[in-house]
Amino acid sequence: MQFGIFSVGDVTPDPTTGRTPTERERIKAMVAIALKAEEVGLDVFATGEHHNPPFVPSSPTTMLGYIAAQTEKLILSTSTTLITTNDPVKIAEDFAMLQHLADGRVDLMMGRGNTGPVYPWFGQDIRQGINLAVENYALLRRLWREDVVNWEGKFRTPLQGFTSTPRPLDDVPPFVWHGSIRSPEIAEQAAYYGDGFFHNNIFWPADHTKKMIELYRSRYAHYGHGTAEQAIVGLGGQVFMRKNSQDAVREFRPYFNEAPVYGHGPSLEDFTDQTPLTVGSPQQVIEKTLAFREYAGDYQRQLFLLDHAGLPLKTVLEQLDLLGEEVVPVLRAEFAKGWAADVPDAPTHASLLAAAQKEQQEKKEAAV
Amino acid sequence: MKLVVVSAGLSVPSSTRLLADRLAAAVDRQADVDIQVVELRDLAVEIAHNFTSGFPGRKLADALDAVTGADGLIVVTPVFSASYSGLFKSFFDVLEKDALVGKPVLVAATGGSARHSLVLEHAMRPLFAYLRAVVVPTGVYAASEDWGAEGLPERIERAAGELTALMSGLSGLSARRSVPKPVSGGFEVIPFEQQLNALRP
Repeated sequence: MQFGIFSVGDVTPDPTTGRTPTERERIKAMVAIALKAEEVGLDVFATGEHHNPPFVPSSPTTMLGYIAAQTEKLILSTSTTLITTNDPVKIAEDFAMLQHLADGRVDLMMGRGNTGPVYPWFGQDIRQGINLAVENYALLRRLWREDVVNWEGKFRTPLQGFTSTPRPLDDVPPFVWHGSIRSPEIAEQAAYYGDGFFHNNIFWPADHTKKMIELYRSRYAHYGHGTAEQAIVGLGGQVFMRKNSQDAVREFRPYFNEAPVYGHGPSLEDFTDQTPLTVGSPQQVIEKTLAFREYAGDYQRQLFLLDHAGLPLKTVLEQLDLLGEEVVPVLRAEFAKGWAADVPDAPTHASLLAAAQKEQQEKKEAAV
Repeated sequence: MKLVVVSAGLSVPSSTRLLADRLAAAVDRQADVDIQVVELRDLAVEIAHNFTSGFPGRKLADALDAVTGADGLIVVTPVFSASYSGLFKSFFDVLEKDALVGKPVLVAATGGSARHSLVLEHAMRPLFAYLRAVVVPTGVYAASEDWGAEGLPERIERAAGELTALMSGLSGLSARRSVPKPVSGGFEVIPFEQQLNALRP
């Protein structure tokens, strides 16, 4: 099982001091957070993609490439890459390039984006969101898998004799997750291709997350990629920890109350009761995260949101220390217990390469 | 058949609830219905939280499910500032936009004077037309003076009769609509090949 963090990249004033970081500070803080993630033994760093203030990460592969150069093991990912408004050709090129630079430590998560005006800014129509995700991703897959592509579709200029360069590292495209909170069409898409499905459950009650994951799992089995239990599932999580849970609540409450997403809404207590948000001791985080398995089954990737709502970098780095030292080691051990033997880990470049080589070998033997 | 009554009255006792109960009782006399009343006052805080958090709390989720699953609705609001109350509108704002498609709805309102009676026609009816519900021809408006005058009981009976007829006539249709698609989990799924093929030039 993989553990990691995902960042929205919001520039938000610290409500306790009123100070707003500059864009440069925030971008550098995201990098520092990613480096810290590797240092404390996490597996994945994922960045969001946004094209409007108050968010900074508009150019994920630039940032991930810079992080790749300073890390050894960390898998670099996105949360999400906009498959609707980005040109699939550019996604194919950018992430293949990143694969080579990062020696294969790359995967990505497709998403549609939730900011209406981004569609027209990039020449698209939000009412076509699902269709854009369907067509663009179908093209992206071909660009990574076929050396020369002739293609014609609804939304993009036709391609004749086009080769996306560089080719994917070892001819193995990066593994793809599809992120969606409430669209069954996207769970269906992930299932159809045998790709991963990530449910960003952090603002949602468990029964909704459960329904979406069950849908994906049943359709994954329907399309013959394996059993429902073997489908590749990822979940979010949102935590704020201190050794003493009262300290965590006291320190986090002003950030919660002013948070851009849920501030001025439900109380911290109601929200922690109804969603995955945990504000408390590392032990409470462990208990709540382990409980995800009750409705999600054995799942392969757990990403935590730590850096948002104006929390200062120093605090976020302290959170990462707690996560790496006290939480994740216990989660690894506990999730490993009772993990069904035939449920695979999340695919990595190494595992996908091995599978491709095995398949080639079998083809050769069949030919002889 | 399942009849759900949505009442947006705020005071206790409330003339809005009184009108809602009279309408529900009239339907009950004419057809075999299970009646469930949704009092929006009890859900006011969860409705507000739904706007900020993006999902319904438990009580509100139950109410939204009840409305979505109903064979017919009676919806009653007090008139505030020349329209339905903000609470009434907010409840239908957090409801899934397709939840009322084809559903028979009886609209009713209460107010301090008869001068607001057209709120049924310029506010209520367009709202439910937008939601693609089937609004019964007779809406019922009760001003304070109507509670002591002639005419209200007849309008209640007529509107209830229209709702009952539509519910009975449409119950076969809604049974057909609820034939399960080939997937579990309460979602309707378009098989992916179909979705992809629809985009082929």
